[in-house]
Amino acid sequence: MNNFEYVNATSLKEAAAALASSWTDAVVLAGGTDLLGLMKDYVMSPKRLVNIKNIKELGGITKSGAGLRIGATVTFDELANSALVRQGYPSLYAAVMGVTSPQIRNMGTVGGDLCQRPRCWYFRLGHGVLGEKDGKSLVADGENKYHAIFPEGRAHFVSASSLGPALVALGARVKLVSAAGSRELEAAKFFVAPQSNEAREIALLPNEILTEVVLPAAGKNATYEVRQKDALDWPLVTASVNLTMKGTAVTAANIVLGHVGPTPRHAAGAEQALIGKAVTADLAMAVGEAAVKGAKALSQNAYKIQLARVAVKRALLEAVGVKA
Amino acid sequence: MQGVGAGAGAVSVLATPEEAAAQSSVKSLGPAAVPVTLTVNGKPMKTAIEPRETLLDTLRSKLDHTGAKRVCDRGTCGACTVIVDSKVQYACTILAIDAQGKQIQTIESLTANGKVHPIVPAFVNNDAQQCGYCTPGFVMAAKGFLDKNPNPTYEQVKDGLGGNLCRCGTYVGVRKAVLEAAKALRGGAGVKGASNA
Amino acid sequence: MPNYSWPPMNERKVMGKPHSRLDGFAKSSGRAKYPSDVNREGMLFGAILTSPHAHCTIQSINTSEAEKMPGVSAIRVTAPAGTEIQWAGAEIAWVAADTEQHAIDAMRAIQVQYRALPHFVSEERKSQAGTRAKPAGEQTTGDVDEALKAADAVAEGYYAIPVLAHSCLEPHGQVIEWKGDRMEYWPSSQAVSTVAGDLAQQLKIPASQIHVSMDYMGGGFGSKFPSDIWGAECARLSKDSGGKAVKLFLDRATELTIAGVRPSAYANIKVGGKKDGAITVWQSESWATGGFTGGGMPPIPYIYTGIPNRRLNHAAISVNAGGARAWRAPNHQQACFLTFAAIEDFAAKIHMDPAEVLVKNLGFTARAPLYERQIRLAQEMAEWKKLWHPRGDSGKSHIKRGLGIAMSTWGGAGHPSECRVKINPDGSVELEQGTQDLGVGTRTVVAMVAAETLGLTVPDIKVKIGDNSYPVSGPSGGSTTVGGVSSSTRKAAVHALEELFQKVAPSLKADPANLEAVGGKIQVKGDPSKSIGWKAACQKLGVSSISATGKNDPKNPMGLNTQGAGGVQIADVSVDTETGVVKMNRVVAVADCGLVINPKTAESQVLGGVIMNICGALMEERVMDETLGRVLNADMEFYKLSGIKDIGEIVVHMDVHPDNDKRGVIGLGEPAAISTIAAISNAVANAIGVRVPRVPLSPDHVLTALYGKNMERSRA
Repeated sequence: MNNFEYVNATSLKEAAAALASSWTDAVVLAGGTDLLGLMKDYVMSPKRLVNIKNIKELGGITKSGAGLRIGATVTFDELANSALVRQGYPSLYAAVMGVTSPQIRNMGTVGGDLCQRPRCWYFRLGHGVLGEKDGKSLVADGENKYHAIFPEGRAHFVSASSLGPALVALGARVKLVSAAGSRELEAAKFFVAPQSNEAREIALLPNEILTEVVLPAAGKNATYEVRQKDALDWPLVTASVNLTMKGTAVTAANIVLGHVGPTPRHAAGAEQALIGKAVTADLAMAVGEAAVKGAKALSQNAYKIQLARVAVKRALLEAVGVKA
Repeated sequence: MQGVGAGAGAVSVLATPEEAAAQSSVKSLGPAAVPVTLTVNGKPMKTAIEPRETLLDTLRSKLDHTGAKRVCDRGTCGACTVIVDSKVQYACTILAIDAQGKQIQTIESLTANGKVHPIVPAFVNNDAQQCGYCTPGFVMAAKGFLDKNPNPTYEQVKDGLGGNLCRCGTYVGVRKAVLEAAKALRGGAGVKGASNA
Repeated sequence: MPNYSWPPMNERKVMGKPHSRLDGFAKSSGRAKYPSDVNREGMLFGAILTSPHAHCTIQSINTSEAEKMPGVSAIRVTAPAGTEIQWAGAEIAWVAADTEQHAIDAMRAIQVQYRALPHFVSEERKSQAGTRAKPAGEQTTGDVDEALKAADAVAEGYYAIPVLAHSCLEPHGQVIEWKGDRMEYWPSSQAVSTVAGDLAQQLKIPASQIHVSMDYMGGGFGSKFPSDIWGAECARLSKDSGGKAVKLFLDRATELTIAGVRPSAYANIKVGGKKDGAITVWQSESWATGGFTGGGMPPIPYIYTGIPNRRLNHAAISVNAGGARAWRAPNHQQACFLTFAAIEDFAAKIHMDPAEVLVKNLGFTARAPLYERQIRLAQEMAEWKKLWHPRGDSGKSHIKRGLGIAMSTWGGAGHPSECRVKINPDGSVELEQGTQDLGVGTRTVVAMVAAETLGLTVPDIKVKIGDNSYPVSGPSGGSTTVGGVSSSTRKAAVHALEELFQKVAPSLKADPANLEAVGGKIQVKGDPSKSIGWKAACQKLGVSSISATGKNDPKNPMGLNTQGAGGVQIADVSVDTETGVVKMNRVVAVADCGLVINPKTAESQVLGGVIMNICGALMEERVMDETLGRVLNADMEFYKLSGIKDIGEIVVHMDVHPDNDKRGVIGLGEPAAISTIAAISNAVANAIGVRVPRVPLSPDHVLTALYGKNMERSRA
């Protein structure tokens, strides 16, 4: 990795001041589990790292109205050990435990998970987030079995965020702070599909710090990850659901697919089919089918469409406690 | 503190005068080597490092603590596992400069001062090593796991060591070793070869 | 001639009893120093510039900027302008600097202009290989066309098994330091006694100037025999830096890209035969790559070599990729998979239990009675009668369970080995051997043999290995080590003991030939009343130690070791037919063995072989990009290895019994590492009702087999 200067910020103000208007100048360092690998591979070579782990106000999981406020430097392990998370947000807990390495859970943070960069191997080899060579996508006709079935424009990578699908399904908001002030965004809007190699896959600006995630009260929620390995590995497809119920009937539904496209994907059309109904195995399967409508397989990843169907079905059944 | 300098010089592109003004108050370290003190196995150790050095490389190359191994160097395989402030972590993915002020425990601590932690002989008794290159990482992952799960089930052992990989195929022995060490640590049958059970 | 033969099975005091490995504590405590752990005063670090292109020529190379970088002490170019590069990752230039980061900084500052040339990396597409496909020539026995016509049933299938990377956890590399014209060399190697000679040839210096030290090494699996170009360049960087120690190990991406792979194999196979299961015909058209130089042919049909009508066509395909190296049981996993998958498909076609088809045709193998016994034993252990079902689990659940079976064969005779046993006047015993421990437990095994022979206990033996100043022992490959080192140790210990008997005999007023060493004493055979304690006996040596050597000669192992191991494995899997995820329930391994010296480490070898191939069956594969000609998963993230929870349960039966024991020692690390992939593939076919032609059995491949490439059958 290239050398850089290191700022150990102890206040948000100090951290914000140390950032700049370009990613090449300064980048926030939290758990480091993604950033250091990117730097070792020279995919990112910022001139300055700003450590935010020692900023007290960025930590902690606290009740916030009917919901929860989670500081950006809260680790996966802290989430896993939070009774508030386990009890109220099993979908988030499942996503946390889907990271099956205790070491990563001890190091990785909520903010870092949301800001991590794609695992696309073309990106990691230096061909940009779009994975292109001479203006042509390496992904489309290349090795794409882990890539998008819902590509957005030129973006064929899949969002790597483990928590993203659950947070989007739960209607979370994220707070972004810069030296100039702060703003809040829906988690759903935090993820974007870049259309150039200079653009990022998140709405965060280089001079901003993601400081916290706020969750509203949740309905019945669950996450199902299709995983090839039990040991540390990326899910092939994730589905996260959050259902508002009246008795056994669904009154509102959020269904979000992960690892299927450059952003966690809201399966809006599929949600309608649930309204006013009780979740049964047959209905869950139909909703899973609706959730993959419009999916577009690349040369090697049609199987992910099948996985997405099944993940939605299983997440729905798990949310309402029906055995598949 | 030595090595602290105004870091504005390293950031070349500043968009606005406000940013430039804010930058001038930022205290930064490096990029040249800076002196650090790392607390390794309870002992303060002084060395000089560039900010880009990982804890693993510092331990191995500067402090001659070579028990932790560099294998994937990308936070995947667990061969570099150390315990930092009571939590198992990948030393390859921690900046040494970030580890200042923390309690860094390496595998060398398990057989120091004439004492032997029961997890070590449990690995020997159950032949939980072949080439042995992944073993220190597994031992430390197991130590960290048992610190938090003193009475684990067989299934929990498998979940607790999901962050380590072995190429020779020693997993069967590792599973048994962790259960044997757990028993010893709870005061059950001692592990042959342990001295502080 | 002394009697070297092993003590009878029931009289052994040390051998045959489980013993924890002597270096277990060093390894489990992190105290063991591997070559990559060696730190020397003032040590420099090396870095390698490698080619980003799969096929190119070097137009120009300029190191002047790099030379000015901080800390740089030496730069060498091994691929100067005009060099044609044949694979991505090929070495171009080398840097030594005061820190590793400085070496990498300087390496990145070297300016190279490449002229890209067309490359070919996708050997599965044989039709596109053109002249890169080298046909081996047709081999025919019998009348294949007639046999195919006459067969009651012919199973026809396509089978594919990919290139794998050894992925040794300790990467290839070494530390080298010059002291005058002498060199200290700490390689991570499978060949302590021969690697210096190999390096000397590269450097054109006398091998006698190179001292090799290697107490431990972090995995080789067949890929760490030579000193390699990185050995020679490390030596030259050190020399160019005034002899200072240089540490140069490959980074993980380079390790996976150029430090060794297992060849792939692809085949269209027809197996035909009679309704009663008798196989009459085999026809295969296979191809494979071992990298740029092409590579060899898997030995098919595997084990069932006597099928009367056979037609084999094979092509070796040259690709622009790092070369193949020996792999734990070279070409056997591929041959085993191709053969046993095809036979299982034939069994399914005639609706027969595949185990019965295997038994029915054992006449075509070299070890019919042994295999039959092992098949039956494995079936019993795996609850075959209860759990096996005709192809396709008919249960209602989307989780389908299945069993699969496959067999292995291997040599495993001892390699050439010499051992020195010293008995000192203070009673201490030293054992010296220029061998190495790859994880087999070499130290423990030779200590057990020496202790058994000398009537002592294992802790009484001080074992010294991993140094080329000790007597020469062969490289560790082909499961030849334990046979070799145990036999030479036995002979050396017998010779040393004979000398001791000579010294002691007068005091016991006995004929030296009538003495024995038992329980820490030298005594008249069968008469414990006429004895002398070990220490007292050794005191009779006065001031001079006994130093005796013994050799294993593979041409005449004198019954101490031999070759020829069978083995049978059965896999038990559950497949989620909605997701294609395969979970291991159990692998049963009947491990053929001869005389087992240390059951504990022997069983670990079998477990390791099975686990390595669970990885190979379920998730490992090298992914090459056709456009870039580069390995996309040269890491441990997408080059997937099983973790501790991914392997299910493994039940090992070491086939120890008097008949096998009489054969002497037979290597068992490789036979256990052969049949797991085939057994798992067969188990998946048994579970889901169709063959997944491609290994690994990853969700994409499983679902494609079930539902078609575009999942067109998934909603049926």
